[in-house]
Amino acid sequence: MRRGISVAAVVGVLALTATACGGGGDSGNDGSKAAEDPGSVSGTITWWDTSDATNEAPAFKKLVKDFEAKYPKIKVDYVNVPFDQAQQKFKTAASTGKGAPDVLRSDVGWTPGFAQLGYLKDLTGTPALDKSEDFLEGPLKNAAYQGKTYGVPQVTDTLGLLYNKELFQKAGLDKAPATWQEVKDAALKIKEKTGADGIGLSPDSYYSLPFLYGENSDMVDAAKKKITISSAASLKGVETAVDLVKSGAAPKPAGTDGYNALKTDFKNGKLGMLIDGPWATKEIFGGDAYKSRENLGIAPIPAGSTGTAGAPVGGHNLVLYAGSKNFDASYLFARFMTESAQQESVSNAVGVLPTRKSAYSQTVLADPVRSAFHDALAKAHPRVPIPQGGDLFTEWLQHYTKILTLKEDPKAGVDATAKAWQSALLKDYGVEE
Amino acid sequence: MATVVTRVRRSFSTHWYAWAMVLPVVIVLAVLVGYPLGRGVYLSFTDANEANVGRTIGVNRIPATYQFVGLDNYWKVLSGQEGHFYSRLTWTVLWTASCVLLHYALGLGLALLLNRKVRFRALYRVLLILPWAVPAFVATFSWRLMFNEKYGVLNALLTQVGMDPVDWLGDATLQKVSAVAVNVWLGVPFMMVAILGGLQSIPAELHEAAEMDGASPWQRFRHVTLPGLRPVSGTVILLGVIWTFNMFQVIYLLIGQGASSESEILVTYSYRLAFQGVRDYAGSATYGILILSLLLVFAVFYRRLLTRQEAATR
Repeated sequence: MRRGISVAAVVGVLALTATACGGGGDSGNDGSKAAEDPGSVSGTITWWDTSDATNEAPAFKKLVKDFEAKYPKIKVDYVNVPFDQAQQKFKTAASTGKGAPDVLRSDVGWTPGFAQLGYLKDLTGTPALDKSEDFLEGPLKNAAYQGKTYGVPQVTDTLGLLYNKELFQKAGLDKAPATWQEVKDAALKIKEKTGADGIGLSPDSYYSLPFLYGENSDMVDAAKKKITISSAASLKGVETAVDLVKSGAAPKPAGTDGYNALKTDFKNGKLGMLIDGPWATKEIFGGDAYKSRENLGIAPIPAGSTGTAGAPVGGHNLVLYAGSKNFDASYLFARFMTESAQQESVSNAVGVLPTRKSAYSQTVLADPVRSAFHDALAKAHPRVPIPQGGDLFTEWLQHYTKILTLKEDPKAGVDATAKAWQSALLKDYGVEE
Repeated sequence: MATVVTRVRRSFSTHWYAWAMVLPVVIVLAVLVGYPLGRGVYLSFTDANEANVGRTIGVNRIPATYQFVGLDNYWKVLSGQEGHFYSRLTWTVLWTASCVLLHYALGLGLALLLNRKVRFRALYRVLLILPWAVPAFVATFSWRLMFNEKYGVLNALLTQVGMDPVDWLGDATLQKVSAVAVNVWLGVPFMMVAILGGLQSIPAELHEAAEMDGASPWQRFRHVTLPGLRPVSGTVILLGVIWTFNMFQVIYLLIGQGASSESEILVTYSYRLAFQGVRDYAGSATYGILILSLLLVFAVFYRRLLTRQEAATR
């Protein structure tokens, strides 16, 4: 008799689980239609695109048109949201449930945070993540949080060392520097021989990562639950950057709009080297110094004293809002936008890097810029996969800017950052000395 | 007790139309002001943040796990544990005082100039009111461009006359000076217009009489103009203090979210708590209520001071 009861219980539990898996099944919004019969999916979805409205957005808008042509029953509301506002705007909309888009182009640094707050749909095993083994490893890792995949990698990027070949020639330099020490020497030579500034270091905290990675360190060690920004290794990396400024190899960046000022100088040939990503190349090619595109050299990020060189993996994922009313259409949309052919065409149009291995076709790699960044990607460093990852930069920004403009002592700056992180964001973390 | 009830009843029966007319306003105010205020007070007694308030997002159902913590938030802020309150308060008070002082002094000066009979007076008035007509954010962004260390017009002028360029928005002290300058530029026109109105309401006979009695220009200013301006001044200074105390745009847009930690005033800091990282609803609400209380206390004392002064002069 007891066995009878337990069998009944098991059956009952199974039945319950089965219906729960069906997601209530009220409106057929469980996403099964997208896999079984994509042609029958209909409805309207909203997409928030955070790409640059003048340079990049037209290419994506064209893809949206192609998507609507392929699935005539689905309509896509395209909205371009400025990148620097999108994170807050999405959070506001998602937490209140009003006006959130079905699909968002999310920075890789935001994705774990959104996932932890329950705003995103888990995409593991859904039609959105088609042929996931084809994605590059770094971007796919950046889309995951706690073993589940919450985003479809759309574009990727990393930092590289951009340099002005003409200035290099004038200074008698024949190859790109490979370590920060060589950068310093090259920069001083450029300054001496040509009068142009040596290397531009953005005071934005994101650009501090290569210096940390170069010393085999990072902002935090998520596995050990340690804040490592103030460790001896990280401090050494930060001091390398400060030394470049102090020695005159790098001009002292401006505290406000410092990055833009450096980019303008580099565009106009007043700066020999710049640490930047592929997204900046389109603007740089508009500058006087690069009328002949040949003049722009791109080398991997220089190495630190340990001999390792690392640049952060950046980029964007397409994520689905968990409260979407139309998962079927959203899956199809995310899948379509990240298919190899589409990535290739966007890459050719605006120069961004695809996230699929198969999208690195001959035409994509024929472009020296993308080929150079593709090489740089092989060595790129994935970011810390913690929800606070994106927020760490905000506090660090304040101190890194002050450190780099020589207004704060590096040691005091990293210590203050570690303390602020521990008190606000990473309460259960220790601080590594 | 009974008398109160009868009084209310009588007032209601005789003035029912007044009540009826006021009712829509009362309802709108209750919804637009009362509810958010009440909600803010409630949140400041909890530890609510973005991660622990309950929400249902499609398939994800997250229960609310925030708790009532009583006066804990206030204690943390006021005892200095939270660490940012007193430094921000000092700067906010300094910011308000210097801005309002400059607003008033410059506004008064300009108003006195414009109150005289000069040619093209109307034109000057229009030109001087212009900064006020420009939306604050447009003005702030233009100033931000002018302050730019490398490409700004201010540093271009400095280098022209052979001085070193200045990092206007990078240095903590200069940031504050720049912010005050922008806010003064924005706020003087309002003061000017208000005081000009006040000046014109002072009867010309008073000045004439004083002149006849042999009062010097300074004596006339001191004993005729200033007392005549008192009602206007009292109101505009009170308004100016409240506006400047809560002047969000100038600080936030001019200095940006980057190197601004020391130049943040209480409101921008409260905004940062509410909109950066995992949103701290409780902390932000606590700051909001504290700001409101500070201003309430100030307004009450200030009004009392004014009435006392008025009584003394009468």
